[in-house]
Amino acid sequence: MKKFKVNKTFKEINEKIRHGKAVVVTAEEMIDIVEKKGALEAARKIDVVTTGTFAPMCSSGVFINFGHTSPRMRASRVWLNDVPAYGGIAAVDCYIGATEVVEGDPLNSVHPGEFNYGGGHVIEDLVAGNVIRLRLEGYGTDCYPARKLEKNITIHDLRNAILLNPRNAYQNYNCAVNMSDKTIYTYMGVLRPRMANATYSTSGQLSPLFNDPYCKTIGIGTRIFLGGTKGYVAWHGTQHNPHVPRGKNGVPKEGAGTIATIGNLIEMSPKWIVGASILGYGVSLYVGIGIPIPILNEDMAQYTSVSDKDIYTQVFDYGVDYPNGVVKSLREVSYKELRSGTITLNGKKIPTAPLSSYYRAMEIANTLKEWIEKGTFLLGEPQEILPSEKT
Amino acid sequence: MYSRKVIIHYTADIVDQPIVHRLVKDYDLAFNILKARILPKREGLLVLDLVGTKENFDRGIRYLKKSGVKVEPLSDRVTQNTDRCVHCGACIAFCSTGALYIDKKTMMVLFDAEKCNGCELCVTACPARAMEIDLF
Ligand code: SF4
Ligand code: SF4
Repeated sequence: MKKFKVNKTFKEINEKIRHGKAVVVTAEEMIDIVEKKGALEAARKIDVVTTGTFAPMCSSGVFINFGHTSPRMRASRVWLNDVPAYGGIAAVDCYIGATEVVEGDPLNSVHPGEFNYGGGHVIEDLVAGNVIRLRLEGYGTDCYPARKLEKNITIHDLRNAILLNPRNAYQNYNCAVNMSDKTIYTYMGVLRPRMANATYSTSGQLSPLFNDPYCKTIGIGTRIFLGGTKGYVAWHGTQHNPHVPRGKNGVPKEGAGTIATIGNLIEMSPKWIVGASILGYGVSLYVGIGIPIPILNEDMAQYTSVSDKDIYTQVFDYGVDYPNGVVKSLREVSYKELRSGTITLNGKKIPTAPLSSYYRAMEIANTLKEWIEKGTFLLGEPQEILPSEKT
Repeated sequence: MYSRKVIIHYTADIVDQPIVHRLVKDYDLAFNILKARILPKREGLLVLDLVGTKENFDRGIRYLKKSGVKVEPLSDRVTQNTDRCVHCGACIAFCSTGALYIDKKTMMVLFDAEKCNGCELCVTACPARAMEIDLF
């Protein structure tokens, strides 16, 4: 075990938060603090660093229990505003996934499809309190005789609506270009031919898992900002992979860690849970997430001071390579360069565009900071840390 | 040089009049056709970028109005719904005029209606459906 000069526990920090004495800064503010004072001094002063990310996050969805009807029904097929939900859970439970498309959508038959409505929009409509048409079909049993039902509901009529996202807040993600000769429509946005633009999708230095690259403080039970209210890390996310190339600062240079998140949709706000229609690709859900990182020691102060210039990702060709499963990085690029508005690739200057809102990420980090300063948000000590690489 | 993008709505009865030709000849305005649409009943619209002196531009617009066509600035018909915009920045990838841009200071995505050419790409390419365009 490494010996530290500063040793704080979750309990001690929470005690400070309760008394309104915790010193909280955002991940952006932390960069300067560590640069000026050094990690040791910063660790003594700062208790919590807040982070944020707001981007379309597929692999999101909601467990819904819509309550029993009279006569009772075992609903095996469920639609919300004509978007199919998965009903094979229990009599009146279902799961509506963010990327499910409304029934009858022309999809990509006229390319690029518009994907105007789907699961992500149902979830946004739920959060906004809008009326939703619930349609149920069952096959009838002795205990649950009803076979068909349609009614209007809002989120307030539901017994439970639990946001449970199997994979959110990717620790890093590709930068996409298109080397083919035609415009392509991808989950990385509209990519113009012959590398005319590049897109990327993380909030860089503000992004939660960049600020705790080895997930030393994040695990099952970590309390987080989720959709405008408090939520939790439920598990490591699907595709979570800590065994990737890293920089000297420990930060992964490609997609790595992910988290599964859980929270009460009924308490969330439509500002932070927004349906997304991705041209030519499909439907998704913008999710706002922020994780508070406790500064337990000088290492955590160092990690949370990471800035865009020291965070790298890989550029991939989504025109030919990516769709064919060819993993060939065209170049390594820093988030500082990506956020400058242009990157250089093969001697060519390429304009960049983010898909993840830095503005909203800042707002999340600041909101979380406020909550903690006010003492209304305590840190959740993880019951188990996410799987990680040893340091 | 003065340059403005305008929408010209015309009706079936004046569709054969050489209005754009007159703008060039009589008012010395250069034009760039950004969009032209003819509807089934032969009414239609033209989106033009008109370039000339301010005086000639104003005279040209007066001429158009007198000839019975409806003219309005394109910028009146394209709006960024600030309640829907999430400032993701995805539009920077497809808005080729720079009308949608990131304000580096606040990191908000802003809309400069004067730069917009009414291509309408953002209507379906903005994932949050924040761009509203109604040319008719
Ligand atoms: S793509 Fe749409 S939501 Fe995103 S910044 Fe542009 S206008 Fe706003
Ligand atoms: S219509 Fe939309 S995409 Fe086209 S120039 Fe105007 S703002 Fe940009």
